[in-house]
Amino acid sequence: MKYLDEFRDPALAQRLLDDIRHTASREWQIMEVCGGQTHSLIRNGLDQLLAGKVELIHGPGCPVCVTPLEVIDKALAIAAQPGVIFCSFGDMLRVPGSDADLFRVKGGGGDVRIVYSPLDALALARQHPDREVVFFAIGFETTAPANAMAVHLARHRGVRNFSMLVSHVLVPPAISAIVGAPRNRVQAFLAAGHVCSVMGYWQYEALAKQHRVPIVVTGFEPLDLLEGIRLAVRQLEEGRAEVENAYARAVTREGNAPAQRMIAQVFEVTDRKWRGIGPIPNSGWRLREAYRDWDAEVKFAVSDICAQESALCRSGDVLQGHLKPNQCPAFGKQCTPARPLGATMVSSEGACAAYYNYGRFVVEGGNEWVTK
Amino acid sequence: MGDEVTTCIDVSSWSCPLPLRDCPHIVMGHGGGGKLSADLVEHLFLPAFHRQESDCSEQSDSLSTLGDAATLRVQGTRLAFSTDSFVVRPLFFPGGDIGKLAVHGTVNDLAMMGARPLYLSTGFILEEGLPLAQLSAIADSMGCAAHASGVKLVTGDTKVVDKGHGDGVYINTSGIGLIPEGVEINPMRARPGDVVLISGKIGVHGMAIMSVRDGLAFDAMIESDTAPLNGLVQAMLDVSKDIHVLRDPTRGGVASTLNEIAKASRVGIVIDEAALPVPAPVRAACELLGMDPIYVANEGKLVAIVPPESAEPMLERMRSHPLGTHAAIIGQVSDQHPGIVAARTRLGTARVVPMQIGEQLPRIC
Repeated sequence: MKYLDEFRDPALAQRLLDDIRHTASREWQIMEVCGGQTHSLIRNGLDQLLAGKVELIHGPGCPVCVTPLEVIDKALAIAAQPGVIFCSFGDMLRVPGSDADLFRVKGGGGDVRIVYSPLDALALARQHPDREVVFFAIGFETTAPANAMAVHLARHRGVRNFSMLVSHVLVPPAISAIVGAPRNRVQAFLAAGHVCSVMGYWQYEALAKQHRVPIVVTGFEPLDLLEGIRLAVRQLEEGRAEVENAYARAVTREGNAPAQRMIAQVFEVTDRKWRGIGPIPNSGWRLREAYRDWDAEVKFAVSDICAQESALCRSGDVLQGHLKPNQCPAFGKQCTPARPLGATMVSSEGACAAYYNYGRFVVEGGNEWVTK
Repeated sequence: MGDEVTTCIDVSSWSCPLPLRDCPHIVMGHGGGGKLSADLVEHLFLPAFHRQESDCSEQSDSLSTLGDAATLRVQGTRLAFSTDSFVVRPLFFPGGDIGKLAVHGTVNDLAMMGARPLYLSTGFILEEGLPLAQLSAIADSMGCAAHASGVKLVTGDTKVVDKGHGDGVYINTSGIGLIPEGVEINPMRARPGDVVLISGKIGVHGMAIMSVRDGLAFDAMIESDTAPLNGLVQAMLDVSKDIHVLRDPTRGGVASTLNEIAKASRVGIVIDEAALPVPAPVRAACELLGMDPIYVANEGKLVAIVPPESAEPMLERMRSHPLGTHAAIIGQVSDQHPGIVAARTRLGTARVVPMQIGEQLPRIC
């Protein structure tokens, strides 16, 4: 298929791998920020191919994984109310809150629906003027423009029975928090290509300079990932710390200006708690005061809900790169995709789920199958 | 009846720690054809039904083999017996409708035992307010599908529920067929060295439905592959009666079917990702939605597991049949990693192809 097969070509992948192996004089620790990248790396077994030269540390870039427990609990509380149609992206439905998930709320009679766009939720609100339609607006900068557009249109068209539960998070403050942490092991970052397609990459230039860390804007197909890793390894070997763009077919330095304007009109920066990590200053977006009437937290009075994480779940250490998923004592035992303790085991982009689903076994010497 | 069943089961004796235990309600995943469905059968239905059998001291015939249909011996004749219910939404979709699907579904379940399907029953649950014209179109479609499949619809039942208590029409079909002598097809017969074949392009039905479903509608020229497979199976049996396993990979797709076979036969299965025939529109839609075609439902495809010596002639015969023109060899059965399905990627690495947990969910971004 056009624009896919070209970026999955085994012969070209081999050339990039050879270059990386040839260039790397030691094993480097590189973090891929985005969960979509983690998924692709593990699914294609790129971590197996890079063993000894690059250790990939899986970052906090899965929006499903970092949405705080109390926001999930708020979603569950709203979704269970009679008269509410609660709309969400599909993979949020299985994320465990304190004592249920959206699937169970649905099983218990709640009207929970999967939509693929917030605009579909807005359309539902117009079709059902007698119901309250709530959209669960989570995600990084990638999903923000469409979410902003939906609220903007709701206000513009006077759709009063539509609201959003917002828990947006931002990549640059997370990178800053990780690289500044005392136990940091990350030597270079693969920045998330889709986030940068919206926001550009100029924000990362200050980060690279301040923390002396290479940052390479990277896509999601096997060749994109290998090219990003190749550029990062080159920088590390040459002692450079710059921002490079390995995803030029989708990303410019300035990003998507109309999308950024829409975001700025609707959202403002706020402190945000990250599931498993804790609060990071100025790391999220919330609705501006002018959009208060479309804020589900206000409308349904759920701002007071608090929650406590499972003590067994160490997804925070995983999300910060201190722990590989399979090094967690609960991995594959108390915690499986069928019965997740933390969100990283739920989403297909979650590091733990990616390890559990694709990486439990590796081929050694062709046919030997051993537990990792 | 429902209460009776649940109170009889000793919940604490269940062997696997699964959501079923914690969740007091049925969730959509229980019908998704993946792990939750399998658990429901294994931990709820089988213990309840087998208890009944031991109480009555009757011989268990084939519930334990869990094929697509039961095989029963009646006065020296081997019968295949199967039932299936259809709750598809929308009722009419590109390439078919619920009626056609209901006939093909049961015909195929029987064909997967190597049986020649003969008779079907059908039960309708109709929602108050359903336009008669729609029901008539569905009934016509069933008649045509039965005729084309060479089976007869011989008995039926109709119930009506209040408006708001159904999605227009639910249909159940059950069917019986004759299993020829010398044919012994079931999911426990995969052997190391056997070859895995697929009869054509995968993921078509699931994506055709998804392309017209509320909230996810997208423009794609994908038509359901719903088709009766008994003709193709007959052609394959003409090549060799020694087919080990046949399954139609419906809900949960090829991945779930292969996982069930690997588990039932206690073998490993290794598939070659590059060999899987996936049509371009299905691939595109799956990429867009963050889904994997190997988990998407098919309604007119079969997976066959055959001894290595008959793989090539079988493939050739399948390709000469109208429903098998895109048949392909997709993998092999192995004595390594029993119970586990693995895929070799295009890059030469390997990964596990797990059983799907619940429903396949569109990803966020």
